[in-house]
Amino acid sequence: MSRPRPEPVQVVKQRRDAALAALVESVPYIGFLGITFERRGDELTSTLHFHDTLIGNPFLPAIHGGATAAFLEVTSVITLQWFHLWPQFESGELDVETMTAGQMPRLPKTIDFTVDYLRSGLPRDSYARATVNRSGRRYASVHVAAWQDHKDKLFAQATGHFLMPQERSSSS
Amino acid sequence: MADKTQLARQFIEAIPHSRALGMELTEIGEGRAVIVMPYDKKLIGDPETGVIHGGAVSALMDTCCGAAVMSHPSAPSSTATIDLRIDYMRAATPGQTIRTTATCHHITRNVAFVRAVATDDETETPVATANGAFTVELKS
Repeated sequence: MSRPRPEPVQVVKQRRDAALAALVESVPYIGFLGITFERRGDELTSTLHFHDTLIGNPFLPAIHGGATAAFLEVTSVITLQWFHLWPQFESGELDVETMTAGQMPRLPKTIDFTVDYLRSGLPRDSYARATVNRSGRRYASVHVAAWQDHKDKLFAQATGHFLMPQERSSSS
Repeated sequence: MADKTQLARQFIEAIPHSRALGMELTEIGEGRAVIVMPYDKKLIGDPETGVIHGGAVSALMDTCCGAAVMSHPSAPSSTATIDLRIDYMRAATPGQTIRTTATCHHITRNVAFVRAVATDDETETPVATANGAFTVELKS
């Protein structure tokens, strides 16, 4: 028994980066808010690039609580979908080429989302990471934390429940 | 009263993020606020259906709840969100304006409790509901 030769690093990177890019670029609202994702293996970190239109309190100034909530929700949904699709594009069952051509798998739907505002969001870039605490066939529970200058000083965190996309035909 | 609405309207529409999302305050007073957000393609969260992203609805809910707190008769000078929970009942119909009504149903010296409901043209069934706690900053 000999193990198959591992794929060249460029092939692996290209496939994973293309899958992530296709996922992120398919959602107009992510571009509107100015959120990008970085990948280390399967770990994702999102960045909300500061922009004047994110301001909610011009006097402080501080980032709008709604922009923060949206940032956390985007990070949760993309991270959840990323882990959901990972085995499919890694095995080749899901072709990254067709994903980039706009044939995107359905996204999970938010059931509820609870945001905990810990301190005001300063007018600078924000970062977030989501943890999928449970992902079943129908429901998923995700926790997400966001920080600015210090990773251990969170400015907001949230927990959300999501309805996973259902297979179109489950007759067989 | 009309002046107060006008003032509050200008205040809400001066918030950069609310303006970027196209929010418009239509009613305010006595701890209750109504804000509308017209459909816009840049707010789409699900490319296949064209449904608005939950995050945009969250921003609308948050702004409306904050406005309701500010309009409470005890007249807080400022407010900030402590926590906000949103339940998504159904997808908003693409192309339709989302209308949110928030009520500040209880307020103490330090905390304001707020509920909000969002609907689209089909006003009988809510798109989403929200429950939140906000800080109360009194004039010093």
